[in-house]
Amino acid sequence: MKPLDVLIVGAGIVGSSVARECALLGWRVGVVTGGTLAGSSTVAGMGHVVVMDDSPAQLALTAYSQSVWRELVPQLPKVTEYEQCGTIWVAADHDEMAEVQARHEVYARGGLETRVLSASDLAAAEPNLRSGLAGGLLVPADGVIYQPAAAAYFLHQAQQHGAEIFPLRATAAAHGVLRLADGTSLAAPRIVLAVGAECELLPAMQIQRRKGHLVISDRYPGFLRHQLVELGYLKSAHKVAEDSVAFNIQPRQTGQLLIGSSRQYGNSDSEIETAIMQRMIDRALDYMPGLRNVSILRAWTGSRAATPDKLPLIGPAKGLADDDTLWLAAGFEGLGITNAPGAARLLVNAMVGRASAIDATPYLPARLNAGAAVAYA
Amino acid sequence: MSPPSTTDVLVVGAGPAGIAAATAAAEHGRKVIVLDDNRKPGGQIWRDSSVIASPARSASGSRKQRAIDRLQRSGATLLSGHTVFSASASGQLETLRELATGSFAERFRFEQLILATGARERFLPFPGWTLPGVFGVGGLQALVRAGYSVAGKRIIVAGTGPLLLAVAAHLSHDGANVVAVIEQAALSSLIPFAASLWRQPSKLLQGAQYRASLSSASYRTAAWVAEAIPATDGRSLSAVRITDGKRTWTEPCDLLACGYHLVPNTELAELIGCTLQRGFVQVDEQQRTSVPNVFCAGEPTGIAGLEAALLQGEIAGRACAGVATASLRSRANKEQAFARGLARAFALRPELRQLPQPGTIVCRCEDVAFANLQHPSGWADIKLQTRCGMGPCQARVCGPAVEFLLGSKPSSVRQPLYPVPLHALTATTEHAPEPFKVEPESIHKVEETA
Amino acid sequence: MPEMLSLRINGATVRVANGTSVSAAMLIAGQPTRISVTGEPRGPVCGMGICFECRAIVNGMPHQRTCQLLCEEGMTVETNR
Repeated sequence: MKPLDVLIVGAGIVGSSVARECALLGWRVGVVTGGTLAGSSTVAGMGHVVVMDDSPAQLALTAYSQSVWRELVPQLPKVTEYEQCGTIWVAADHDEMAEVQARHEVYARGGLETRVLSASDLAAAEPNLRSGLAGGLLVPADGVIYQPAAAAYFLHQAQQHGAEIFPLRATAAAHGVLRLADGTSLAAPRIVLAVGAECELLPAMQIQRRKGHLVISDRYPGFLRHQLVELGYLKSAHKVAEDSVAFNIQPRQTGQLLIGSSRQYGNSDSEIETAIMQRMIDRALDYMPGLRNVSILRAWTGSRAATPDKLPLIGPAKGLADDDTLWLAAGFEGLGITNAPGAARLLVNAMVGRASAIDATPYLPARLNAGAAVAYA
Repeated sequence: MSPPSTTDVLVVGAGPAGIAAATAAAEHGRKVIVLDDNRKPGGQIWRDSSVIASPARSASGSRKQRAIDRLQRSGATLLSGHTVFSASASGQLETLRELATGSFAERFRFEQLILATGARERFLPFPGWTLPGVFGVGGLQALVRAGYSVAGKRIIVAGTGPLLLAVAAHLSHDGANVVAVIEQAALSSLIPFAASLWRQPSKLLQGAQYRASLSSASYRTAAWVAEAIPATDGRSLSAVRITDGKRTWTEPCDLLACGYHLVPNTELAELIGCTLQRGFVQVDEQQRTSVPNVFCAGEPTGIAGLEAALLQGEIAGRACAGVATASLRSRANKEQAFARGLARAFALRPELRQLPQPGTIVCRCEDVAFANLQHPSGWADIKLQTRCGMGPCQARVCGPAVEFLLGSKPSSVRQPLYPVPLHALTATTEHAPEPFKVEPESIHKVEETA
Repeated sequence: MPEMLSLRINGATVRVANGTSVSAAMLIAGQPTRISVTGEPRGPVCGMGICFECRAIVNGMPHQRTCQLLCEEGMTVETNR
C-alpha cells in the first residue's frame, strides 16, 4: 500500500477542511479522530461565518476564508444549511454609533461592503429588537452554516479522494510518528495537529480554553432575519481575564434561534453554570424582550481554543517544537468555523511551498516562542 | 424567579408512588411538598375525566380518592401543574408552571428528594404512524378523558402490554366500536404470565372483566400493525394493515391506538446523577438511589404497576422519615416478581424491527427518516448529523425507538429537561406574555446586495 | 349536562364542554395541531405532555402543548406551522 503523505489529528471543521485540501492534492491522507464530533469545539459553537476586524491579520484571514466559503457554497449539500443572512452589529447608543462609522471605514479599506443602519433602518430590519437602539452596521456577506454537517461533508469529500479514517485517540506525535491509544502507531512525513482546544500533544501551543454557553429555541420562522451581535461584543470578547457576556443571536435555517454568548477563562469543565447563563440571557432579553416566551429546547457549553494573541496557529510547528514533520492548524478561538477553509488552504500551500492569497506570516506558530525572531505583518 | 420554597422532602410526581411516598413522609412528621405536572393528582393510571365529574365510577376511582384524601390529611402540600426542568443533588430544583396568564418559574430547596416520575408509552415507528388518528394506547385514553368523544368510532387497539385490554374496555364503555385488539406477544408467552397471577386473583379478575366487556372485538395475539393507511384526504386514517408474520390483512377503522408497553421516565434521575441499571434507576431496599439523599419509587425503578408503586412509595416516604420499612419489603419484592413476569410476557418480538421502511419517519419532531439513521459512530453523531432526538420531545419518543431498532443508547440528558420559555432560565421574574411580532418576510427585509 | 364554552380553532367557532383540553377540541374540530417540518399534518399522540405533537398556537403563542391546556371561553387556537 502507498505510504501516507500526511496524518491529520482531529476531524472537527478544521481537520476535515485540511483533510479535504490534502486529498484534493492527490495525497494519501490519514485522519486520526478520537471519537465522535459530538463534544468538540466545532459542534459546540454557533456556525457563524463572520468577518471580524479587531486586528488587520484577523480581518485578512476572516475575509479570505469567507471568500473560500462562498466559492464552496454551490457544492455544499442542503443539510449544511448555508444561509447568507448577514450580520448586524447592533449599536445601543451614540458612542457605539461612532464605532459603527469607524468600522464601516475599516471594512471599506479592506474592500468589504457594509451598510450603516439608522435607528429606524434597524427597527425595520429586526422588528423584535427593543426600541431606542441607535442603529447598526450590516455586513451582508456574513452567513450561517450548520457546521456539524459541513465538517462531515468535508471529511466525506476527503474520503472520496482516498482519505482513510482511524477512529482512535492519538497519544503522542513526534518526528513523523503518531502513537495511538491502542498502542499501535502510524507514520507520515507530515503530521497536522487540528486539535481544537486539546493541546496535550504539544503543550507549547499555549492554548487556553474559553468556555461559552449557548441555548437554542424551538422554531420561530420570521422572528429574526440576521445574525445580531451587540457592538459591545468586541469589548467584552477581548477582555482576557474576566468572565463576560454579550448579546449574540443567530437565525437558523430551521427557524430556530441560537442565543449566546458567554466567555470564561480557566474553566475546562462542561457544566452549565447558572449564574453566567442567567447574565447571558438577561443580556439577550434586554436587547430582545420578545425572546422571553420563546421555548428553549437545550442549553450547552463548549470550549473555544484561545491563543495568547487571539490569532490562530497555522503552519509549521517550528519554533514550538524541534520537529520538521509537525504542522499546526489550531487555536481558532471563536472563529474556527469561519476560518477553517481559508486556514486549510494556507496550510497546504505552506506544505507544498506554494504562495497563498494572503500573507500567512501573522499566523505562524513560531511567533509564540519569545526566543524566535518572528516578523509580524 | 421567586425565592425558593424550602421543604424537608420534595416528591416529584403525584401518581400512586408519589402520593404514597408523600403521605408516608408527612404522616411521620416530615415537611413535604409534592410537585406534579398534571392539573390533577393521580398520575396516568388514576387519570380522571376532566369533563365529567365521575362519582367513583370504578374501584380504582374510589381507591384513588381515599389515597388523595389521606394525602391531604397528612399535611403534605400538593402543587399541581409544575413541570420540573432542572435539579441537582445539592438540594435545588426548578419548575415551570404554565397558566393562561403566562408561565412562572419557581425554585425549591429540599433535604431529601423522592422521584416518582412514572413511565410513558413506548412508540415504535411503522409506515403511517405519524398520521393524525394514530395515537398511543394510554394516549387515546387520556384524550378521551380530556373530552374527545370516541362514540361510534371504529377503533383498533394494538401494540403490547396489559394496557391494551384495559383501554379497549374503557373505550368500549365510552361508546367506541373496538374492532380488534392486536397483541404482539404470543399466547404461549402470555399464558405463563396469566398463570402466575393465581397468587394475585384481583389482577386475574380484572383481566377477565376487561375481556368480557369486549365480547364483540376480536382479540389477536402474535400479530401486529404493519402499516396505517391514510384516507384520500391524507390527514386521517382509513384502515390498518395487520400481520402475523405469515399472513397480512386489512382492517378498516377510524382510529388506531398503538403503544408498546412502557418505558420509565428516568431523565430527572439521570440529570441528578443517579446510577441506572439496565435502563432503570438503581435503588436499595429502602428505595434509595446511588445519590444518598435521593429516593426513587414506582415505574422508574422497574415497570411493575400500581401495587408496586404504592408499596415502594410508602417505603421511600418512611425511609425519608427514618421509620422502619422492613415490614413492607417482602410485599414489594413480590410485586417486583410480577414486574419480571410482565417484562417476559410482553417482550418485543424482533420482527418489529423490520417495520420501518427507508422513508418512515422515526423522529417526529424533526422528521428524520429511518434511512438516515445509519451512522457508524453511534447515537451522538446520528443526532448531530440528522437532528434525530434534538426536537422538543428531547428524544422521549424516538430515543426508546432508536434504542430498540438500532441498539444505540441515547446520550446523557441535560437541562432544561423540558422545553421552557427563555425567562425561566434567568433570575428575572417575569410573567406577562409578550406578543410575538412575526411579519411577512418581504416587508422589512433590508436589501442585501452581496 | 356539562357547561359549554366556545373557542375559535383555525377561524371556526367550536363549542366544547367545560374541562375539554385544547388537544381534544382540535380533534373534535378535525384540525391538525401542527404541520411537521416536512409539511405533514400531525395530531396529538401521547396525551400526557411528552410527545410534543400537540403543539399549536394558542392565543398567539406558538408551540403550546395543547394536551396540557384546558379550553377557555374566547380562546383562539391555530395549527402550528
